[in-house]
Amino acid sequence: MSFNNLETLYRQVIMDHYKNPRNRGAIEGDALTVDMNNPTCGDRIQLQLQVEDGIVKDAKFEGEGCSISMSSASMMTQAIKGKSVTDALKMSKLFSEMMLGEEIDSDMEMGDAEALSGVSQFPARIKCATLAWKAMEKGVNDK
Amino acid sequence: MDVKAIRQMFPILDQEVNGHKLVYLDSSATSQKPISVIEAVENYYRKDNANVHRGVHTLGSRATDQYEGAREKVRRFINARSTAEVIFNRGTTTGINTVASSYARANLKPGDEVLITPMEHHSNIIPWQQAVKATGATLNYIPLQDDGTITLEDVRNLVTDNTKIVAIAHVSNVLGTINPIKEIAKIAHDKGAVVVVDGAQGAPHMKVDVQDLDCDFYAFSGHKMLAPTGIGVLYGKRELLENMEPVEFGGEMIDFVTLQDSTWKELPWKFEGGTPIIAGAIGLAAAIDFLEDIGMDEILDHEQKLADYVMDRLRTVEDIKVYGPEHRAALVTFNLGDVHPHDVATALDSFGIAVRAGHHCAQPLMKWLNVTATARASFYIYNTEDDVEKLVDGLLKTKEFFGHVF
Repeated sequence: MSFNNLETLYRQVIMDHYKNPRNRGAIEGDALTVDMNNPTCGDRIQLQLQVEDGIVKDAKFEGEGCSISMSSASMMTQAIKGKSVTDALKMSKLFSEMMLGEEIDSDMEMGDAEALSGVSQFPARIKCATLAWKAMEKGVNDK
Repeated sequence: MDVKAIRQMFPILDQEVNGHKLVYLDSSATSQKPISVIEAVENYYRKDNANVHRGVHTLGSRATDQYEGAREKVRRFINARSTAEVIFNRGTTTGINTVASSYARANLKPGDEVLITPMEHHSNIIPWQQAVKATGATLNYIPLQDDGTITLEDVRNLVTDNTKIVAIAHVSNVLGTINPIKEIAKIAHDKGAVVVVDGAQGAPHMKVDVQDLDCDFYAFSGHKMLAPTGIGVLYGKRELLENMEPVEFGGEMIDFVTLQDSTWKELPWKFEGGTPIIAGAIGLAAAIDFLEDIGMDEILDHEQKLADYVMDRLRTVEDIKVYGPEHRAALVTFNLGDVHPHDVATALDSFGIAVRAGHHCAQPLMKWLNVTATARASFYIYNTEDDVEKLVDGLLKTKEFFGHVF
């Protein structure tokens, strides 16, 4: 049985993040907390960010959802940790463009998150992949 | 029932999705449309389109005749006493909101109670939450048994003199539970309460006789029973509707308008403010013709056999959890091991199988089931045992795929 179509979406690295999420949990001490859900499907995430001097010192998440939303949250926290808020927002914009299937022309490294590019071929799942990024944007913009 | 011949009437089913023949198992969300319905709508727009109830010209008469003809067809379909009791609207949600906004707000007071169940769709929960907030009444629930049914004993114990409204789904869109409306109506009426039925998953699948059920209101949607989206029906008993205020005001629904005051048209038009959904009503009439040509009892029989078959076959799939009672309407809500239902739905879609995944607009029920989401396969007149086999096969492949990548 060939699963070519499905393998475009569910790459090994995505399933690895789903099974072994990075940065899952809560930040002890001061952190800004964002709750976000996808009301059409029930996925939800609580994202915590520790931002000092414009740098994302720490990022952790809790939540429930499908493999795409949870792996994306894991990858997002990994990608933005240690980066400036400006770069984190730039990355989020690039990620959104990637979801629309656009060619990414940037030196910005998104790390494992780039493995989610296949989601662009599954329009119904784009919202799953962007949930954590939207939460991050909300967190730093509301600050 | 010749399902093969029926399928020929649904052009949309004859296509490939992701390289596989489409298996459409999402009719509880919306049904597909037969050629006769598509053509009825098209012919109306090609030949007869005009506004209703006002044109002196010929097209206006044709449009009015067809629109009011559709109302008579619906009256017969649900066996209402009079077309005055058949209100066209946008769908089930609008119908329940009409009752909650008009009847409930005028009749509820502090100390009164609205009684519903945890298996309701959001559209049969939130209108009541809003109505009790506005009136000081309370919203209470008939508890669910472990299998997702309610007992008449509970209904008897819970309906009291304070209960003014009992609102309940004819058929649960998640569990497939078929509720005993006639018996519930009798209990409610003994205590002076009215019964509002969410018929979205009932009317498309079984004979509904509102006089026999003796419900006070029955709301349903055209698009779940072969008609276009945007047309629905609210049935209400005439003596109740007569005493209710309209909820939408404007054109089409007035008798006389002066600078300071207005009077309403008679039933059912006082509830149909604005230009109505003419093409939708004509499509609904064609849909009823289609369903009645097959026969509602035949349809129910076909779907009950499919429901039994799918329950039997799903039992063979390891790690599947099916929610709801054994005896059910033709829909199954389930989870497949640890695989999230969205991932199940995406995997099935890659095999051409369309199912719904999510909370099915029933978050309180998801909480009761202790899940955040589920997948649902739902069946209609054009589905076959072969579709069930493809679902089972798709689920086995899904397990294989996620078992392999995990």
